[in-house]
Order: sequence, then structure tokens, then C-alpha cells
Amino acid sequence: MRVALFITCVNDLAFPQTGRATVALLERLGVRVEFPAQQTCCGQMQYNTGYRTQAVLLAEKFARDFEGFDAVVTPSGSCAAFARDIHPTLASGAAPAPPVYDLTEFLTDVLGVEDVGAYFPHRVTYHPTCHSSRLLKLGDRPLRLLRAVEGLELAELPAADECCGFGGTFSVKNPDVSAAMGTDKIAHATESGAQYLASADNSCLMHLGGIAQRGRAPIKTIHLAEILASTKEDA
Amino acid sequence: MRTDVGMPSFPKAAKISTKDAGLRANLTRATHTIRDKRAKAVAELEDWAELREAGKQIKDHTLRHLDRYLIQAEQAVTEAGGHVHWARDAAEANRIVADLVKATGGNDDQPREVVKVKSMATQEIGLNEALAAEGITAYETDLAELIVQLGDDRPSHILVPAIHRNRTEIRDIFRTKMAAWGRPAPENLTDTPADLAEAARLHLREKFLRAKVGVSGANFLIAETGTLVVVESEGNGRMCLTLPETLISVVGIEKIIPTWQDLEVFLQLLPRSSTAERMNPYTSTWTGTTDGDGPSDFHLVLLDNGRTDTLADEVGRQALRCIRCSACLNVCPVYERAGGHAYGSAYPGPIGAILTPQLRGTASEIDASLPYASTLCGACYEVCPVAIDIPEVLVHLRERVVENEPGHKTERAAMKAATYAMTHPAAYRMAENAAVATRALHPKRLPAPAPAKAWTDSRDLPDLPKQTFRQWWKETHR
Repeated sequence: MRVALFITCVNDLAFPQTGRATVALLERLGVRVEFPAQQTCCGQMQYNTGYRTQAVLLAEKFARDFEGFDAVVTPSGSCAAFARDIHPTLASGAAPAPPVYDLTEFLTDVLGVEDVGAYFPHRVTYHPTCHSSRLLKLGDRPLRLLRAVEGLELAELPAADECCGFGGTFSVKNPDVSAAMGTDKIAHATESGAQYLASADNSCLMHLGGIAQRGRAPIKTIHLAEILASTKEDA
Repeated sequence: MRTDVGMPSFPKAAKISTKDAGLRANLTRATHTIRDKRAKAVAELEDWAELREAGKQIKDHTLRHLDRYLIQAEQAVTEAGGHVHWARDAAEANRIVADLVKATGGNDDQPREVVKVKSMATQEIGLNEALAAEGITAYETDLAELIVQLGDDRPSHILVPAIHRNRTEIRDIFRTKMAAWGRPAPENLTDTPADLAEAARLHLREKFLRAKVGVSGANFLIAETGTLVVVESEGNGRMCLTLPETLISVVGIEKIIPTWQDLEVFLQLLPRSSTAERMNPYTSTWTGTTDGDGPSDFHLVLLDNGRTDTLADEVGRQALRCIRCSACLNVCPVYERAGGHAYGSAYPGPIGAILTPQLRGTASEIDASLPYASTLCGACYEVCPVAIDIPEVLVHLRERVVENEPGHKTERAAMKAATYAMTHPAAYRMAENAAVATRALHPKRLPAPAPAKAWTDSRDLPDLPKQTFRQWWKETHR
């Protein structure tokens, strides 16, 4: 099986550690992942802001970039959902892209693993981002992966299913509502007693981390992939 | 009552409302209570998914054949002794209602007045204000609408118009304002629900008994018999629908359903989704007029007011399936924090964000901002009893705003530039490399340009790494 990594534009530029963790994790599990160097962005921001024409260009490019692979895996629930659900409605005449999986479902559904041999001796709470839960319907897959991590103590996040307030360009078009939602999410995460707030999407975490940092909340944000990639050797 | 004309954009209004701690507390308490109750009421039915699909299909079928069903309804209402009027827009509808009220008599000594059943359609067209301009007083008789009217306020929720008020505020409004509208509040009025309800009951009773004209909307209009249906909780609607001599119902053309059998589906979907009840307390139905029973003169005003245009839009038309249950408002994290007034319309919340810009267009500041008043989290779609894919319509309307409205020039240029870079990998790599190379220079808080400042006003930016993922891959995987 030829597996391509779609890193996403946000991860490539701002969160390369998530990409490195994804590669380390997949290689540890015996998957030789490839990185098509021409890849850029799935076009979700353009599409969701109303720039469909621009999104079409990127959807068609995505199909070209990943042509010939058996699967595409990405450490972003939101981009996975966009490529899987919306790209087919945008890219006309282009070769259909291979199936796109969020890292979480690639682990549980394609590789069929829950215990990935990780070690992370910290108290963690999990935010199941809206697109992961409502579009990808990941359900308890991320929690099953986290529960199998040695040393990890999972804390329940109050009002977990409520949106964090990022919403792409919503975060700057409606900054006050966005910040109000994020502040509530950080308050819930702190209330859980966790040291880390984890999630499958760095865009949500960038927003939440920015709020936590500004408010000096005693919690750090971390992508799920980084927890799953951690081993005793790292500790 | 205040109107929505000249409202500021959603983010401008929300900038103020999100800072209102009292409002935020009232809304959080109320929406979470209804939200949890709704979830329980819906979970009781094993066939909820099938009911939801049936509701969607009945509405879609009716909308596809709206011309036929409207004419069928007109014939049935007329045969049953009612009169049918067609109103192209708000002005026409208001004109028709005002003329009908005047035709019932009244003069300077005998002031013209109407009692009203809670109605979204008349809120939408600003009927009360239009009647006032003609010297006709419209009395709201729904408890929450009464609170809003007495408080010279605007409704902020479809089902619970005074959701932004707590009971202490309501007591104060009753104490200070009731006397100007009729029977004053009892002395020493407390803020217990029972006392407040009793005060409203006493205040309204004399209006029910005196009124010659009742004005209502309708939840449904059944085409096969020309029957109108109103569901409500307080019984004030039943009073208005039965006591006056003349009844005028203003009904949006999308409220039609073909048969009584179809009503069965909606009488399950609506109460569970709105008030979280298995069945609503009062369901009133009427068909034309009946000798010696209820109003002897019945008028149905069928309202378009942008609905035909909405129907012409293949993606946007699903908004016309809406049965005004408010479930989407009660689960919406944006509504909960911004409050209903920020939406500048009779229809707040997620449904308002897709309905208002379709009914009114996107030319005004508020209407152009509404499609963006959502994170696209999808909670609304999940609870909608007629499966309106609100996020899909929001994105669709954003396309319309971007194409048609000025003010998006800078953004359009930026999006095009970003897409150019993203479709030209060499340019993209260069931009990325430049960003990480200058990382030490990036400040934590940014002044202009506006989007960056909007971010850093409340959030730190992440520290950029020393190298991009792409650079790392090139170094390690060659």
C-alpha cells in the first residue's frame, strides 16, 4: 500500500513537530509514508470564506498531487473531512483522489491498532473538534487511542462537544465571539485538571493555545499525534 | 417596539453583547436548559431519524409543487367562507391588514385595536409598527412577546422572545410599564413565575374580552381542507383565535403542507424540538368560518416577501423547510454568546443567518455579515428536525456576498494571492522559507492590518519553528 502524507499548510509552516510525530509514529508501526513535495493546501479556508473558484483550483491540484497513491493520511480532522466530502463536489474532470484519512481513523480503521506503544506520563484532556466528530464521525476513536497510552491519565472535558470558536476566518471576522468561545473552552480544560489539552487539529489548538497563553492558563496544547509518537526513550 | 433598520454588522453588535455578563448568564442558563431537555425528548422516540427524514421530504415535495398547493389552499379557504389575500412583500401585507382592521369600524372615540397571537411572520414584516402608524394598537398576548412589547424591546429568540431577560427584570418591566398599556401590575408584585404569570393574565384578560379583531400567523396551512394550525403553550392564542369577530392570519407561503396526514409528522417534530414537550399544550385548528362559533369573518394573507426568490436558489431553498422550532438557536455556541439582537432580524441564530440574507438580500451591512456569523461547527444541522444543512447554506451565501458586495476587495486580492502561491509550489516554498527565516522578528501582538490585529487582540500567535516540515523532510528523507 502506497501511503502519502498530506501535512496541511498550517502544520507545514507552524506545527512541523506534529508532522515529524506523524511520520515517526507511522514508521514505528511499519508504514513507509511518502511525502509528495508539490502538495500545498486543501483549499478549505478559501471555500469556507466564499471563494469557491480558488478552492476548485486547490482541489484539482490536490487530486493531481496525490494521484497514484492508495491512501492519503493527514494529521487534521478538518482537512481530511474537507478533502473527502467537499473535494468531489469541486474538482471536475480531475482524477479522483485516493481515500483521505485523518490520522486517528487511519490508525484505528486502516491499520486496526489502538495501542500504538506510546508512553506519555501526564494528565490529558481531549477536545473532539467539530469536524472530527460531526463530519468525520470519529466517535470515541481518539479516546480509545489515548486510553491505550501507557502512563497517560485521561481527564474528562466538560462540554466537550461544544465548538472552540476557531472556525477558520471566523476567528478574525468575529474575534469577540471567537475569543469568548475559546475562553470558555480553556476554562473547561483547566477545570478538568489536565496538564495537556489534546486534539486532532492544530488550527483549533492554535486558537486555544493563543488564548491559554494570553490568559496564562495552566495548560498546554498538544496534537494527538505528538502524544501517540512519544515513547519511553523520549521521556 | 424597536426595529432592525440600520443595524450594525453582526461582529460590531457582538463586540458589545459578548461583554454583557448579565445577558451572557441569562442566555447560557436558558439555552442549556432547553438544549438538555430537547435531547431527552428526542431520545424517547426510536424513529426520530425517520420522522426527520419524513419532515424533510414532505416539505421538499410541497415546495416543489408550491404553486399547486397554494391554489388548492386558496380554493379550500374560500369554499369554507374565508377570504384569501396575496401579499408580494411586507408593505403589501401591512397595507392589507390595516385596511381590513379599518373596515371593521372604530373611530376616534372607539380606538382601533387588535389582539395578537405570537407570530414570526408579522414580526418579520413589522406589522405592529405599520399598524401603529395608522392609529391601530396591536396588543401582543404571548407572555414573552408582552414582556418585549412593554419593555420597548426587540425579541431575541424565535420561541422565547424574552430569553435575554431574567425574572427580576421582567418584574421591573411589569411594575413600571403595564399601567401605560392597560391594567397596571398588582401592588407588591414579586418575581416568582406564578405571580408574574398572574399579573400578565389579569392585564391581558380585559384585552381578550374587548378586542374585535385578532391577528395571528400559523404554524401550518393544510392545503386539502384550507385549515390553519397554531400550536402554543399558554392558551392566549386560543383566546385570540376564538373571541374576536374578525380574524386575520398572516402566513408565509412556505407554511403549507398537503394533508392532515402530513401534520402528524410535524406535530411530533415541532414540540419535541422547540419546547422539548411530547405534545404542546394547545393546538388550535380552524377552517374558514363556522356560524355561531368563533370569528364570523376570516382573512388569510399569504405572504411572499422574498420567499419566491429563496425558492429559486437550489442550495438556499432548504431554509424554507424551517418550522421555527428554535432547536438550532439553543445549541448554537455563537448565538449563546452574541445574543439574538446581534442578528438584526426577527429570525436570529443559525436559521436567521441563512434565512434573513435570503429574504432581505445581502446589500446592507448586517445582512452581508450574517452568513459569516458561524464557525460552521455543525451543531445546528445535527438538531434540525427537517435536516436543513445550515453550514452548507452559510458557505453558499458567503459565495454570494463575496461575488456581489463591495468591501471584500482586499480580502479577494489576498485570497487570490494565497491561492496563486498555493498552486505554484516554488512560490509557496519561498514564502514559507521567508516566514520561518524571519521568525525572530514576529511580534506577539500585531497592530494593523486588521485581520492580524483581530487575532492578537485576544490571542497570542504561535512561535514559528526554525524550519518548516518540508525542510525537515528534505533533510531527513533523501
